[in-house]
Amino acid sequence: MKYSLFSLARNALSHHERWPRAWRSPPPKQFYDVVIIGGGGHGLATAYYLARNHGITDVAVIEKGYIGGGNTGRNTTIIRSNYYLEPNAHFYEHSLKLWEGLSADLNYNVMFSQRGVVNLAHSYADLDNYSRRGNAMRLNGIDAELLTREEVSGMVPLLDCSSTARYPIMGGLLQRRGGTARHDAVAWGYARAADAGGVDIIEQCEVTGLRRDGNRIVSIETTRGVIRAKKIGLAVAGHSGHIAGMAGLRLPIETHVLQALVSEPVKPVLDTVVTSGAVHFYVSQSDKGELVLGGDLDMYNSYGQRSNLPPVEHAVQALLALFPSFSRLRMLRTWGGVMDMSMDGSPIIGKTPLDNLYLDCGWCYGGFKATPASGWCFAHTIANDQPHELNAAFTLDRYGLGKAIDEKGGGPYPWVH
Amino acid sequence: MLSIPCPYCGPRDVTEFSYGGDGNVRPPTGPDAASEAAWSAYVYLRANPRGVHEELWQHSAGCRRWIRVTRNTLTHEMHGSAPARASAAAS
Repeated sequence: MKYSLFSLARNALSHHERWPRAWRSPPPKQFYDVVIIGGGGHGLATAYYLARNHGITDVAVIEKGYIGGGNTGRNTTIIRSNYYLEPNAHFYEHSLKLWEGLSADLNYNVMFSQRGVVNLAHSYADLDNYSRRGNAMRLNGIDAELLTREEVSGMVPLLDCSSTARYPIMGGLLQRRGGTARHDAVAWGYARAADAGGVDIIEQCEVTGLRRDGNRIVSIETTRGVIRAKKIGLAVAGHSGHIAGMAGLRLPIETHVLQALVSEPVKPVLDTVVTSGAVHFYVSQSDKGELVLGGDLDMYNSYGQRSNLPPVEHAVQALLALFPSFSRLRMLRTWGGVMDMSMDGSPIIGKTPLDNLYLDCGWCYGGFKATPASGWCFAHTIANDQPHELNAAFTLDRYGLGKAIDEKGGGPYPWVH
Repeated sequence: MLSIPCPYCGPRDVTEFSYGGDGNVRPPTGPDAASEAAWSAYVYLRANPRGVHEELWQHSAGCRRWIRVTRNTLTHEMHGSAPARASAAAS
């Protein structure tokens, strides 16, 4: 059923009790052309673009929990393409362009809101760095504006821009086309659209083993039986190392927990996304009115999808230093998600040493905004057995070849990216 | 909050420590003869287990010694710790 004003009016007459399921729930078949492991945004988008762009519809997405229950439902929903290095700039800008048409494309309102993303500059060095980055973005055709302190203060009046501020505000870098989207809706919209294209979405189906014969994966052992596939795509974010280990691969990835938290809902007070690289902190206000904030990793390997106090304290301290007027807000809940931190802070989308296994991982903090382009490029890579030009640089073997894409220049320490 | 058992100071809050990563990566023996693949594996590839992990920490706000901690990455259970140098020599 197409969602429209008419379908809304028609279902209103039946008190919204007769909406059909958004996607089927078929039992797994024994064989598929393509199986995507991981039913988050990236896996679902990959399945959707396999069907839409490449006509490959004998596809299953298998998910150990429920759709959107992993990092897709745990991130802070920020979307931007403000990257310095060329491969990242073009890839994330393609993603942002897909976001701009996504609700219409999927016939599902992902509530994409281009409310702008402001990076705060706290020093002259920050300003120099942001003008360099902004110029690089503009040369790549991406919108960027360098703001003065007065302009930042005008956009974000609650920010402490005074001369006595703990973190002085010297200006900022603004990407107006950046913003936020409703993260659950992205998973649901891609799931529904992929399902309409013929893709089987199989939830509660955990991979327990990959059977390898020489250079091929011959079968996938799951809690719902053995599934075979011509091609297998791995889009499991923080669990990439765990699943790849089942195929005997070691990856340039470490898994770290990243936390976020929300305040109680309040009236609109912050109509843009504010981030600080120096303090390492970001905050926005959700449509429900909650302040959504996050900061540092816990800084040690962890698969524990749960919260822990020290990084929460750091995020709250940063919030209050930047926005003293939020000091009376109560925090409503905190949670954690496990990140696939790569060795250069940039993703891996491409082929593996195994003939029929493809890899989409290394998203670090930035996977949500990449969802459409990740699916687009990963589907292309699987369908054609070679990368799209947008992900040609994001190979698994780039690290050993001296072609790391290290936006921060942090070196091979995944927890610093 | 994790409590890390420092072999010198006893259990202390994780905020006193700096993380040093996987404790089982070693540079290739015979660095001149080692292949580029061996060097690349040492610098970039990690086992990244979901389970027991041997890792290095520095008690940077305490005794400042490097230690080797065995910890479960899923449950965060601590399985013990040792001076980094002693266990490196033993392994």
